[in-house]
Amino acid sequence: MSLNVSNLTVHHGAICAVSQVSIAVPTGKLAAIIGANGAGKTTLLRTLSGLKTPTNGSIMWKGEKIAGIKPEALVRRGISHVSEGKSVIPELTVRENLELGAIWRRNAKESKESIDQVVSIFPRLGERLQQRADTLSGGERQMLAIGRAIMSKPQLLLLDEPSLGLAPLVIEQIFQTIRDLTTSMNLTVLLVEQNAMGALKIADLGIVLNLGKVVAMNHAQVLIDDPAVRAAYLGY
Amino acid sequence: MRKKLALFIFLGWILLLVGDRIDELRVYQGAQIAMYAIALSSIVLLTGYSGQVSLGNGAMMAVGGYSAALTLNNLGSPVWFAFVMAVVVSALFGAFLGAAAARLSGPYLAGTTLALAVGLPEIANQFDFLGGVPGILFDVGFPPARFGEEFTQYKWFFWIATFIALLSLFITSNILQSRYGRTWRAIRSNSLAAELSGVHSGRMKILAFTLSSALAGLAGAVMAMTISLVAPGAYTLALSFALVTGAVLAGVSSLPGVVFGALILVAIPEVADVLATRWGGDENLNNYLPGLIVSVLLILSVIFTPNGPGEKLKRRHHKKA
Amino acid sequence: MQKILETFLIGLSTGSIYALMSIALVLVWRSTRVVNFAQAGQAMLSTYIGFEIATRTEIFWLGLLFAIAAGALLGAGVDYFFMRVLFKHAVSGPAAVVAPVIATLGLLGLIRSIVGLIWGGEFKSIKAPASTDGFTIGEKTIPFSPLNLLIIVTVFVILISLAIIFQRTNLGLSLRASAYAPEIAQLAGIKTARTRTIGWAIAGGVGGVAGMLVTSSNFLSPYSLDLLLVFGFIAAVIGGLESMVGSVVGALILGIALTFILNYVGTSLVFIGGFVVLIVVLLVKPDGIMAKGRARRA
Repeated sequence: MSLNVSNLTVHHGAICAVSQVSIAVPTGKLAAIIGANGAGKTTLLRTLSGLKTPTNGSIMWKGEKIAGIKPEALVRRGISHVSEGKSVIPELTVRENLELGAIWRRNAKESKESIDQVVSIFPRLGERLQQRADTLSGGERQMLAIGRAIMSKPQLLLLDEPSLGLAPLVIEQIFQTIRDLTTSMNLTVLLVEQNAMGALKIADLGIVLNLGKVVAMNHAQVLIDDPAVRAAYLGY
Repeated sequence: MRKKLALFIFLGWILLLVGDRIDELRVYQGAQIAMYAIALSSIVLLTGYSGQVSLGNGAMMAVGGYSAALTLNNLGSPVWFAFVMAVVVSALFGAFLGAAAARLSGPYLAGTTLALAVGLPEIANQFDFLGGVPGILFDVGFPPARFGEEFTQYKWFFWIATFIALLSLFITSNILQSRYGRTWRAIRSNSLAAELSGVHSGRMKILAFTLSSALAGLAGAVMAMTISLVAPGAYTLALSFALVTGAVLAGVSSLPGVVFGALILVAIPEVADVLATRWGGDENLNNYLPGLIVSVLLILSVIFTPNGPGEKLKRRHHKKA
Repeated sequence: MQKILETFLIGLSTGSIYALMSIALVLVWRSTRVVNFAQAGQAMLSTYIGFEIATRTEIFWLGLLFAIAAGALLGAGVDYFFMRVLFKHAVSGPAAVVAPVIATLGLLGLIRSIVGLIWGGEFKSIKAPASTDGFTIGEKTIPFSPLNLLIIVTVFVILISLAIIFQRTNLGLSLRASAYAPEIAQLAGIKTARTRTIGWAIAGGVGGVAGMLVTSSNFLSPYSLDLLLVFGFIAAVIGGLESMVGSVVGALILGIALTFILNYVGTSLVFIGGFVVLIVVLLVKPDGIMAKGRARRA
């Protein structure tokens, strides 16, 4: 198990957003986290990347405790978080947004190589390297956000609603890319999604959150076939 | 309302009695405390209740002081009219500034008022009718003869200043408890929500500005009375700083706190004087120690009790209960 | 015609000094959301240090270097020891919004008092690095002096260096990213708190240069940089508070406008002129002249 979360509890002020969550994701696997609005999916992700400090519980990453460590330090340990809502900086160019992800590595040559790698994954970004990020379409911005995360050479990728506000065709493409990246780069991926069906289809594991608690965790296909899950989250 | 009026009259009576029993220097400082209390209530009204920060109250005081002096000297009007004019002119000035500032949020307003505080005294230097660097005299005259020979000039200042302070604090406290006061608090805590429930937040902010300036102008005129003149050197940036410090110490949203703030502002130079003498009393020490104490107090209080020392006490009280 | 040109050139020299001050304010505003009124104090203390060095060694440029170093150290120190503590403590209540502004004001007072305690209130002057006598063209001597030219050149060099740092280096990219979107920068692995402190240091150094340049043609006192702060702020507002390019443009416009008022109307209206410019900009174009999509471009 590369990521091992046990009994994690996180508060927003007085409100308990994540309650006693325990999950485990093996290396190279893609886990989809689904659930209704306010289920605590985003809070869970923000805690894993260090943006929030948990009230209780532990997070083990590659055998080390990482709860409470700052995000910029976790990036150096291979954890990359693409936050909700196309996490790019509109004022910067596409190239600058990408370069940002590799600054901490302090190696201009590797940074260039990583840009080439991102461009080979997302050729559309390659055509727009000199444009400002706010000229991109929603799908391109999401590609850029994922590209920036790849620039940090992650081993654990945390994705928060990459499909938000995108057209169905684009969503399909983004999901396919996420699946391919997981396999080709041997990434461990946590994918938080409202689009439960799409996410479960590409995932190895499915985790269902409700009101801050894990209510189901199983192979993605098992969840897709589970009538209760279908009724509650897949809409049929 | 009736109760509060009685309270204020009682307070005034106590102060008059106290005024008879303390020496000249303390009487004079009493007048200064009254002046600072008016000036601080002007800041409290603006910052504490409407959420805007004005760093230029020294400049507003200058507007009031000059208006009063010009009225008294050029129109030969009675003294009370000079104070009224100080209020009217600075209120107009405040309304004008508020109209511009109502569209601004935090940093713009702070910067604009700071610019005023730095620049307005400079303007007085440039125009002859404002008296240049030496300034112009502002003489409210001797106390009326019927008070007797014993009644000193300083005591007269004290009476006038105390009367004006009590009157303006009474009016201010009533305004703050009225519909307007509630609306200001609503705007401060959430201006969008206030707008949505039908408040003209722009208009209300202009009103806050106008009233605040009127109070500051009044304080400026009282100050001119206590030093018998208006001059650019009296309304410096340091004065604006001191006022902000006093307001923070008073707890920016507490009207009773202004008396405490005013007391400290008057005490600081005295404490500084004692310390400077004890530490050798060279000229720099005398000149800059008061400023040092004011700044350190301001910084410490803004870090540790940004809402005034009263807040912590209140919280402690709540915890016990 | 000649007078117009002269006024323009002197305005350019004045405005270029304002530009430095307004850049210092904009840099801090972008990263910390505070208009740092203490900047006048930081610049003043740095200038006093530069003054001591310049007077003892009789080398203006050495003084300038020390002023830059002192300004940078001071700026970093203010952020590290002061703003961080402040943001930890002042979080709620009616004063939360105004606390940082008031705190910088307190800091300005503190630095001013310390400078007063050390150096006293009397006016000091620094020997200018170039002649203050105007250039002579043919028979006539114009008011524009070698010092004015030197000021313009120095500021130009500094602006170019800043542009290179901000647009071409990783540090610049980190600074911009942390200012625009601190959380995304953090998730990208940028140490945003440290980056912010570096931003304060750069602002402090730039402020130190502004102080030295103003003082080279004027006197130095614990109050002598207050007006520079005000004009720097007005220039920053003209530029929209967010944009460094905008603030430089704003500063040049302001410097030239005020010099025209000075030469054609009289001293008495210079400050009023500046204030009117401020009010008009705030009323007509509150987002600054660079608004319209480019408002936050560095």
